[in-house]
Amino acid sequence: MSAATDQAKAVVVSDVSMVFNQGGPGAVAALDHVGLEVEPGDFVSLIGPSGCGKSTLLRVIANLLEPTAGSVLVNGKSAHQARIDQDYGMAFQQSGLFEWRTVTKNIELPLELKGWDKQRRRERVSEMLELVKLPDRGGHMPWELSGGQQQRIAIARALAAHPPLLLMDEPFGALDEMTREHMQSELLQICAATGTTVVFVTHSIPEAVYLSDRVVVMSAGPGRITDIVSVDLGRDRDEDTREDDTFYKKITEVREALRGGELTDSARGIEDR
Amino acid sequence: MSRTGRTASIATTAVRRTALLFASLAIAVALWESYKAVGPADGGDVFGWRIIPKTNDRVMPHTWTMAAEFGDDAIGSGDQKVWSVLLGYSWYTLRMALAGLALGMFVGVGLAVAMARLKIVERGLLPYLVISQTIPLIALAPQITVIRGSLDLPQWTSAAALAAFLSFFPVTVSTLRGLQSAPAASLELMDSYAAGWWTTLRKLRFPAAVPYMVPGMKLAATASVIGVIVTEITLGGLRGVGFATIDYSQKVTSQPASVYAAVFAAAALGLIMFGLVAAGESILMRRRPKESLG
Repeated sequence: MSAATDQAKAVVVSDVSMVFNQGGPGAVAALDHVGLEVEPGDFVSLIGPSGCGKSTLLRVIANLLEPTAGSVLVNGKSAHQARIDQDYGMAFQQSGLFEWRTVTKNIELPLELKGWDKQRRRERVSEMLELVKLPDRGGHMPWELSGGQQQRIAIARALAAHPPLLLMDEPFGALDEMTREHMQSELLQICAATGTTVVFVTHSIPEAVYLSDRVVVMSAGPGRITDIVSVDLGRDRDEDTREDDTFYKKITEVREALRGGELTDSARGIEDR
Repeated sequence: MSRTGRTASIATTAVRRTALLFASLAIAVALWESYKAVGPADGGDVFGWRIIPKTNDRVMPHTWTMAAEFGDDAIGSGDQKVWSVLLGYSWYTLRMALAGLALGMFVGVGLAVAMARLKIVERGLLPYLVISQTIPLIALAPQITVIRGSLDLPQWTSAAALAAFLSFFPVTVSTLRGLQSAPAASLELMDSYAAGWWTTLRKLRFPAAVPYMVPGMKLAATASVIGVIVTEITLGGLRGVGFATIDYSQKVTSQPASVYAAVFAAAALGLIMFGLVAAGESILMRRRPKESLG
């Protein structure tokens, strides 16, 4: 692979290993020689059992964790440089909105840290509120909103600086099923409108299949990628997609890939955590 | 809830609280007076221990005598009434307590930030801070006076320094706990913006610490009043409520209720200081979720 093609990728993870407590008695191999490439505009999900290192991998891409070995490129830069340049936005399972700030001030946070003036910040905030379909909630406090609305504000905050990449760690994990499905469709529309690349960590197989162009299946002990399932459902997915035969077929495929990973584990006598 | 609805509910709460305050005051008066009515005038012994308080007018004046005392002529203050003398003393003590509280908050928050910044500072400093609070104020007062004298500072700064010495500790402990309370996801978020430690302190750790800091500040507010009063009693020359307590207790034979008048003034000061912090709290916390109110 040449440097020129690496430049064009949204994310390139090469041969990354991550060992917690290295050299200590409780050393844990969270990631073992993991490689992954994400094209610009792609929606990629990371799925696997607890302890498979999917959240660790996301944090390595975000440069919140420094890998023990290997390298990560984001937008053709080192992960460290990409973090400093705010080349990605992040959303977590807990919306993580600051309870002392209004919705507007929450969305403004990354822009404030970039040193934008107030006028420019306010313009961007109203654009983001339109994008997440909560145009009249700017003056509210986060705790006055429902869980789903809070998560939308968190997404608006993550995208406020128009980063090319969005990293999400089970962002809909705490929502009820109906809200969750609704938010998935909203997220797809937002990504289509903005052309944002997404790396999305989830526990849910239907969620991964519905959202993703590719589902990256991981297994634990040590964490590694066992399979990558391409989901060719096209870009225009809606509620009908959830009843599509291909949708079910892909769910089965991911489920079998997950089981396959576990089988290999027990065959090799490796524990699940 | 609408804004007018919220204002109305705040008003209802205020009325209910005031009613409760008067009810509890009435109960206290009733208990005092009923014991005075039935208790032995010269006290009593239980198994040889003299623990039943005397109820004579010198030890337990009637509550209305205490109230009336405020309107009496103050001994040795010309034709001034007790209330106006005490008001002057209270204002004097209040100013020193405010200065002490301000200094205590400044030092307390500063120490907490230093300890939150460097774990090694926390490990090294915290034991000494705990020890500092076990030193009796009375032992410390003369030393403070010597240091104050050598710095050529006015006398009231001794009282402010000792008030700060008492009040910084709850501020430090509560602020440190608050600074460490920011959720991991929020810290990761700031990290993802490549925000430095001071930026994270300003935008995340400090605002997150406020609900934890408030109870510490309330303790500090009352502690600073105690600090000033103890200093006034220990060192001569400061004419505040503490001085009044001592002064009046020496005149207890002629005007027994006047000691209580001074004690009430001291209690009122504590309430005022507490109220100031509580007012600050309701301003800082007015848009926070209900459950995080301290």
